[in-house]
This record gives sequence, C-alpha cells and structure tokens, in this order.
Amino acid sequence: MGAAVFFGCAGIAFGPALALVLLTVAAEPLRVIVLVAGAFFWLVSLLLASLIWFVSVHLSDREDARLQYGLLIFGAAVSVLLQEAFRFAYFKLLKKADEGLATISEDGRSPISLRQMAYVSGLSFGIISGVFSVINILADSIGPGTVGIHGDSPYYFITSAFLTMALVLLHTFWGVIFFDACEKRRYWCLGLVVGSHLLTSGLTFLNPRYEASLVPIFIITLCTGLWAFVTAGGSFHNILKCLSCKQEDDSRVMMYSALQVPLED
Amino acid sequence: MTELSAHLPQFQHGQLSENFPDNHLSNTQESLASALFNADQNDNSERRRHDNSERRRNDNAESETNGQPQNNTQQVVEQDEEEDEELTLKYGAKHVIMLFVPVTLCMVVVVATIKSVSFYTRKDGQLIYTPFTEETETVGQRALNSILNAAIMISVIIVMTILLVVLYKYRCYKVIHGWLIISSLLLLFFFSFIYLGEVFKTYNVAMDYITVALMIWNFGVVGMICIHWKGPLRLQQAYLIMISALMALVFIKYLPEWTAWLILAVISVYDLVAVLCPKGPLRMLVETAQERNETLFPALIYSSTMVWLVNMAEEDPEAQRKASKNSTYDKQGSANQTGTEDAEADDGGFSREWQQQRDNRIGPIESTPESRAAVQALPSNSQTSEDPEERGVKLGLGDFIFYSVLVGKASATASGDWNTTLACFVAILIGLCLTLLLLAIFKKALPALPISITFGLVFYFATDNLVQPFMDQLAFHQFYI
Repeated sequence: MGAAVFFGCAGIAFGPALALVLLTVAAEPLRVIVLVAGAFFWLVSLLLASLIWFVSVHLSDREDARLQYGLLIFGAAVSVLLQEAFRFAYFKLLKKADEGLATISEDGRSPISLRQMAYVSGLSFGIISGVFSVINILADSIGPGTVGIHGDSPYYFITSAFLTMALVLLHTFWGVIFFDACEKRRYWCLGLVVGSHLLTSGLTFLNPRYEASLVPIFIITLCTGLWAFVTAGGSFHNILKCLSCKQEDDSRVMMYSALQVPLED
Repeated sequence: MTELSAHLPQFQHGQLSENFPDNHLSNTQESLASALFNADQNDNSERRRHDNSERRRNDNAESETNGQPQNNTQQVVEQDEEEDEELTLKYGAKHVIMLFVPVTLCMVVVVATIKSVSFYTRKDGQLIYTPFTEETETVGQRALNSILNAAIMISVIIVMTILLVVLYKYRCYKVIHGWLIISSLLLLFFFSFIYLGEVFKTYNVAMDYITVALMIWNFGVVGMICIHWKGPLRLQQAYLIMISALMALVFIKYLPEWTAWLILAVISVYDLVAVLCPKGPLRMLVETAQERNETLFPALIYSSTMVWLVNMAEEDPEAQRKASKNSTYDKQGSANQTGTEDAEADDGGFSREWQQQRDNRIGPIESTPESRAAVQALPSNSQTSEDPEERGVKLGLGDFIFYSVLVGKASATASGDWNTTLACFVAILIGLCLTLLLLAIFKKALPALPISITFGLVFYFATDNLVQPFMDQLAFHQFYI
C-alpha cells in the first residue's frame, strides 16, 4: 500500500497519456494550447451535466435509493451526450481557427493540420476525463487504509487505473474518428462514436464484476484504436515501411548543370 | 498591476544601446501597419509597463510593511499590432506557452506547499486590514463582515495607487526606488526565512541557526542582485516566481475564506475599471510616463526573454575612422599597408605562438586596430534579435500572485480537493489565453486579471458545489463517464 500503489496506479493510468504528451504535444506551442482548450471544453460539459444531475437530485426524493441510483445513471448518460456535443463544438471552433490560421499564414497553409488537432483534442479530453475520474482515488491511495474492508472488491485501485488508461486512449481514438467523420460528413460514424462512448460508460455500471466490464472495454479500445488508425490514413503497408526504417527514395534527381532560370515568355 | 506585453527585445538593465530602438520596427514586414504603434509608442509602452510594475512594486512594498495586498491594477500592452496577424498568432502561441510555464510553476509551488506544510492553512489571526472576523454566529453577519473587510482592503489599494501616481507625478523617484528595495528585502529574507523554517518543521529536519543564516543570506543577496541588477535570465525568472509564490502564500494564510473570494472578485473589477476608464489611476500613470519618455525599473515584471546587445570589443574611434577611409578594405592588404608601430605593438591579444601557427596555416593576417574596427563596423548581428521568435513577453507579478492565491485557496479549502484545484488551474490558463487573444484583436491595453479570475471563481464554486458531489457518487460506484 501507500507509495507503491500510488505510483503503480498513476503509471498505469497516465503512462500512455504522459508519453503521448511528451513526445507529440509538448514541443509545439499550438498543440499545447489546443490541449488546454480541449480540457476546458470538457470541463464545461461536465459542469453542465453536473448541474442537470444536481437539479434532478434536489427535485427528487432523497431517501429512495433506487431512484438516486437511476438518477445517477441518467446523469452519466447526459454527461456522455454533453461531452460529445462539446466535442462537436470544439470541432467547429478548431475548424474556424484552422481557416483563420491558414488565411493569415505566409504560405496559405495553417501551421497545424486538422488531423493533428483532432488527435490533440481527443487526447486532451481523455487526459482531463481520466484525471477527474481518478485523481482523488490516487490521492487516497497514498494514505493508510484497507481496500474493500466492508465487502467491496479489493481490486478497486488497480481496476480504476486500468479503466482510466482505457478511457484516455478511447477518447484519443474517438477524437480522431469524430473529427474525420465531421469533416467527411459521415454521420453514421458520429453515431457509432457516441454509441460506443455510451456503451463504454454503460459497461462500467457493471462494476465490480470486472470480467464483465474491463474485458469488453479493452476489446472496444482495441477496435476503436484500429478504426482510428485506419481513419488517420494508416495501413499495414505503412507499418511495414515504418518498421523497416527504409529511407524514402527521392525520385526527384536534379542535375545541377541543367538548372537554369526559366525563359521569359 | 499586471501588464502582458509583447515587445521587441528587452534590454538588460544597464546595457542599453543607442542605435537599437530606431530600427526595431523597420525590418519587420507587416501587412497590418497601424499608425498608432510606431517606434515611439513602442518605447512608451515599454515605459508604461515599467511604470505600472513600479507602481505595483510600490504597493507591494507597502503591503510588506503593513500587510496589505498589492496594488492589482493590471494592464495588458500589446506592442506588435502592426505585425502580420499570422506572425502575431504564431508569436502569440509561443509566448502564451512562455507565460503558461511560469504561471504553472508558481501555482505548483503554492499548491505543493499548501498540501504539505500545514502552517499556511492554519488560522493564526488576520491582517490588520481585514479586522472583521468571520467566526460569527449567523451567515448574514459573516457575509457583512467579509464585505466590510473587502471594502477596507480595496480602499487601501486605491489610496496607495493614488499615492503612487502622485509620487510619480512629482518625480519622487528615490522614494519609489527605496520602497521597491525594502519590499524585496522583506520578501527575500524575512518571508523566505519563515517558509524555510516551516518546511523544516513539517519534515522534522534538525537544523542549526548558523546554517540557516548562511542559506538565507546567500538566497537573499543573490535574489536582490538578480532582481534589481543583472543576473542570468533563468535565475531571475526563478526568483520572481519564488517571491510571487511567497506573497501568495501569505495572502492564503491571512485572508479568511469569504473575504479572500470577495477580494479576488473586487480586484478584478477594479482592474478592469482602472485600466479602461479615462480617469483611472493606471491610465494617468501611463500617460505621465509617456509624456516623460521614461523607462522604469524592471524589478517587478516577469520577462520571458532578456535580449541584450553584446557589444564586441570596445570600439576604437581612431581605428574606425581609418578603416572607413579605406573603401576597398582588404584585411590582408591593410595589414601590410598600415604596418605602423601601433600595429606591431597592438597584437590584439593573440600570443606569439598562436600568430605563428596562424601564419603557417592561412597566411599573414594581422589583427590590427583597423581590422577589428572594420569588423565592428559590419552591420551588427543584433538585428537578428528583431526576429519575432526572439521577442519576449512580460507579465506583472501581481497576476502571478492573484492566480496563485485563487488556486491555492481552492486547494486549501475545497471539498472537491484535487478536482477543484485542477478545474481552477485550467480556467486560469484559458483566461490567460483568451486575454492574449483579445489583445491581438483589440490592440490596446487590457487588464489581465478579470477574465482569468472570473473563470477561476466560476469554476471553483461550480466544481466545489456541483461537480464534486456528482464525481463523488460516480467514484463510489466506480462508474466512468
């Protein structure tokens, strides 16, 4: 217990996210700004969902446990829908920003592509969502205590960490797919993303039956990852090329003696 | 006060070069040239910035001695409006990050201290400027007391601001300077001594007075030198962050809860009013500084880059005149032509052996006063410092302090704990980002506090009261959204 659990669970939950941020986002200022703004949008969506849940709880009978449980599930569903709505809003904002950046740049191209922004925005949603889900649990894990002493599952910390990692990756993939679907106006893709988010959130309602929740969620993560990879333009061929570390053949060969100033017409 | 300014290279104190200011705009190609912002304006804005920081420093000094909070008038000055928008944005993105990092560091220091050192969350009385206690029987009484406390604090700030404007108007520079020195002395020695003592107590470290005296003495003296005179840029930035964090910790400790939130809110409003109203004290200060064409002390502004001109070896006017006469100047040739006793005596610092080696390798080339002067007469490489990438951004320390107060208070008193702290942190960063964006759009002085503090306050209360119960319930059932 204590520090070991804290560092272990923190590493499991945020290892991939941290690596992705350090390797791909931290060096570029624009991407960092997109990251922070994405976190802001997610927070606003959470705020609204909490407001709705709070109002509904206060309007209802506090003593009825089943009703409260139902309201919680309702709140979670509303939150998922609002998150996706704010993802769409963020897409609109980034599209405008992309156009703005392109028009005012020197060569007419924006310094950051919409695909990159899709990836970073998905990552930002994932990170802030994961952090909000698990940070208090991690803080508690440093201190003394026995997990599940009242009969709950003793694997609470580690499963939370794994769920968080899955969620972070899922949000990243959803971001890529979502933005691409919005760009190409494939609304069935959008529906699938929202549906898989709802499904993932719904599967967590099966906790603490972890074999029923964790395993399907990881399968969903894998499938969504493959889908996002294909959407982003990846293919088996690309992987092979990347792994074989071949130099790109430059098919353009310039004969320096042949260089001349183009003739004036 | 806080000024967010994007400006052309900032000079290290005491290394100003004459020719620089005139051409810092001529080389940049801007498509949106604005008539308002010419070279004079740039210098004025720089002065404005310094004026404002100095004013804040004044109040800071005052606050050190009287336990008052600092003057918080913030002003955002954008200097490169005529720049290509793309350049501004690209430049803006990089400089937003240059501000994110120190603000984040300051907040991290404050939150880490609050979480570990219990001294700063313990109630040990209040400042004399918030005399009304909040330990009252009724909620109404508590609200009234906190409103009165905030009113007293704000009126003190207003009075000190006006005092500063008056001092500046009547050219009492020595008073202002002395105030600055005293306040930074207090921060760097006294407050850091207390901080060190509390940290030792928290971790139960046995320490003797002699070692502590040595450590604090070194810390303080190096700090004074870095902040008020010259020093490595990173070290100066680190010291500014540390004193902002120390100041914020003092506020977090000595301001009771409701008073603190009220003061934050009122200070944002005051900042807005003071910067944008025609009769605001800040504005008057700025205009006075503009009239006088003066620069101020850089001691109270966090600057992200410090570009100074490194003058090459001191120019020899004689040699320069000789060099300029030779229109077809050939280094090698001149060495032979001007082979005077001067040239022989003055070997430019190269030793005999080195010269022989050089002669063997590349032929006889002398380092003569003329050759050196000719090299110095070449267009200076300092023009590269006009490159947009090199420009620095400045943010007043008052901003750091109030941002950190907000986040620190959130981490100290919120029931949502880390969720609330993180929400406030993101809110403040976004506020900062938006402020810079507004700056790029409106191209005039803007206060830097209101947007961030508003977002921060909204997120604090919303997260603490709405989000925290929701997330708590979800975590209890291990639901994920």
